[in-house]
Amino acid sequence: MYQYDELDQAFVEQRVAEFRDQTRRHLAGELSEDEFRPLRLRNGLYLQRHAPMLRIAIPYGLLAARQLTRLAAITRRYDRGYGHFTTRQNLQLNWPRLAEVPEILAELASVQMHAIQTSGNCVRNVTADHLAGINPEEVDDPRPYCEIIRQWATLHPEFTYLPRKFKIAVTGSKEDRAASEVHDIGLHLQRDASGAIGFAVLVGGGLGRAPMIGHLIREFLPLAQLLAYLEAILRVYNRHGRRDNIHKARIKVLVKALGPARFREQVEAEWRAGHAHATRLLPEQIERVRAFFQPQPYESLTDVDVSVGREPAFLAWYRYNTRAHRVPGYRAVFVCLKAHGKVPGDMTARQMEAVAALAERVSFGLIRATHNQNLLLADVPQRDLHDVWLELRELGLAMPNIGTLTDIIACPGLDFCSLANAGTLGLAKQIQERFDDLDYLYDVGDIEIKMSGCMNGCGHHHVGHIGILGVEKRGEEWYQLTLGGSANGFTALGEVIGPSLPKDEVAGAIERIVEAYRALRADGERFIDTLRRLGLEPFRERVYAIRPAAA
Amino acid sequence: MRYVLRRREIVVDDWRDFGEPAPPGCPLIVPLVELRRDPVRWRQWPGALGVRIAPDDAPEDLTDELPGLDLVAVEFPNSGDGRGYSLGRLLRERLGFRGELRAVGAGVRQDQVFLMSRCGFDSMQVAPGEDLEAVRRALQRYDVAYQPGSTATGSVAAIRAQRFE
Repeated sequence: MYQYDELDQAFVEQRVAEFRDQTRRHLAGELSEDEFRPLRLRNGLYLQRHAPMLRIAIPYGLLAARQLTRLAAITRRYDRGYGHFTTRQNLQLNWPRLAEVPEILAELASVQMHAIQTSGNCVRNVTADHLAGINPEEVDDPRPYCEIIRQWATLHPEFTYLPRKFKIAVTGSKEDRAASEVHDIGLHLQRDASGAIGFAVLVGGGLGRAPMIGHLIREFLPLAQLLAYLEAILRVYNRHGRRDNIHKARIKVLVKALGPARFREQVEAEWRAGHAHATRLLPEQIERVRAFFQPQPYESLTDVDVSVGREPAFLAWYRYNTRAHRVPGYRAVFVCLKAHGKVPGDMTARQMEAVAALAERVSFGLIRATHNQNLLLADVPQRDLHDVWLELRELGLAMPNIGTLTDIIACPGLDFCSLANAGTLGLAKQIQERFDDLDYLYDVGDIEIKMSGCMNGCGHHHVGHIGILGVEKRGEEWYQLTLGGSANGFTALGEVIGPSLPKDEVAGAIERIVEAYRALRADGERFIDTLRRLGLEPFRERVYAIRPAAA
Repeated sequence: MRYVLRRREIVVDDWRDFGEPAPPGCPLIVPLVELRRDPVRWRQWPGALGVRIAPDDAPEDLTDELPGLDLVAVEFPNSGDGRGYSLGRLLRERLGFRGELRAVGAGVRQDQVFLMSRCGFDSMQVAPGEDLEAVRRALQRYDVAYQPGSTATGSVAAIRAQRFE
């Protein structure tokens, strides 16, 4: 993985010193809360319902074992001994104390980590496919480009006070595991006819209010032009994006107002005009960063049949919680953070330490955070899988439900977030309890549930096969269901199925949707395909037939 | 008497704003609308002339006038409005402006001036109540940067190492 050099290290240390001074000025009354807010947000610090929340960046999801160990120590020392992994490859601490945050940031800097630009109206943590570098069908590893973008975007002098937050995701394979089409910019690695590497550039995707799928504005951008083109997009946005209304300030609104064709013309004109002064990306700079992402020193192994003589529980875990690896004899292993009855994405300090130690032993000391709020050990020899399973099971991290209905994505919701209208964590638990029968889960297969506690859509409900949005109604928590969303290669926004439901009816409604699918599916047909074939109506009927008087 | 930060020094401001008492020949900053309203008068102004532009003005429209201007003041109406950073870079890089580039307005605060300096601003008229000495120190918060700066007139912040060109 990327290692900081002297410049990177000096930068994060100077950033900590700056924030220490800003926090001191705030606590001394020299900076009002209004003045302090944009500064603390750009260092990942929110003020939440109960306490501050600190969002720590895990750039493109990659963590070294010693970093995960340090995160565990930080949660013990400054928080309550656990953390929450988010859909954008960040780790959130829910209970830090404001006065201690500079100390936390200093500890992060000591292991080449930070919380810079994980919030605020600036370029956020750059995310990538969690199977980057090991996926057999990849065009190129997206992570070196993510790292280059991370550096370029860090305290960018021109783009640190944008109209609104700005999210970039990079993918290198057909299957989009980074939800790149619902990012402000999605970059898809491509090869042109000559075999040269470049990017397809999508702009204007986003969730929240008025969700939109990104528009393709350039089919092939040569690698050397990456930063120049990003600057052109951001300059058009910085100058012309709306600043009068926070709900209309994302780049998707500008793209829609101008129309994708005119937006594209403006970007391309800016790109051409800015050529002489745009930031250059030299081949040696690309090579310098790429060198950090070379394949691991794999052993020469052959694929083995891991099922021989193994118990069914192991085989189920193998099937659902591991993935193919490009190197023979290896497998990628999910560390499941979706145990039934637990908060999706939460992990205790003890689990972090144990997984870090496990990664040291069997996966080159590296761990990845995924968009689906799980972790991944990317390079595990197949001969070790059974031992790894036993150990993960012991830790409560081997629930064999990855990619099934109970692998739920959820934001922290009303329990923690001051923006939320409704809780998500209790409901996730209810759903997991309702679908606790593994045979049933496996029978219904690939169904993604994504849940957000408010319109901002941090839980990506718009792109869930089943989306759940918390709304407030007469002071109570209600939930609106959408069906048919997807962020996986064929990006689609879900449609609202009907009137919202009270909390205690949601799990039942989902069960009726799933039962409808079981009754209607063709042989071997996935839920999303049945839905696309038949439309919403048969599902709507089933959900509301039982409660015609739904409000 | 008004003080400004110019090239890292706290100095008495020798410029006057349009509407303030200004003896003939005194360096004067006029708003862009005023410059447009009476271009002949301002071309004949005997002293140094500057223009003040708002965040939604297009510096590209100033191409013809820039050679006759000694100063361009860019408004930062609040610390969250980042349009002025783009305007600064455009003025320095695309339009080649070499005169004094001044950040003005309530958004010119100690926590933003480092970025302004990297976008080509070499002078700052800070927000009311802001401590000029603290602002001056803030220009030195970082001595490394990832991005190239627009330092047509030399860097105001002292950067010893930079990643990209």
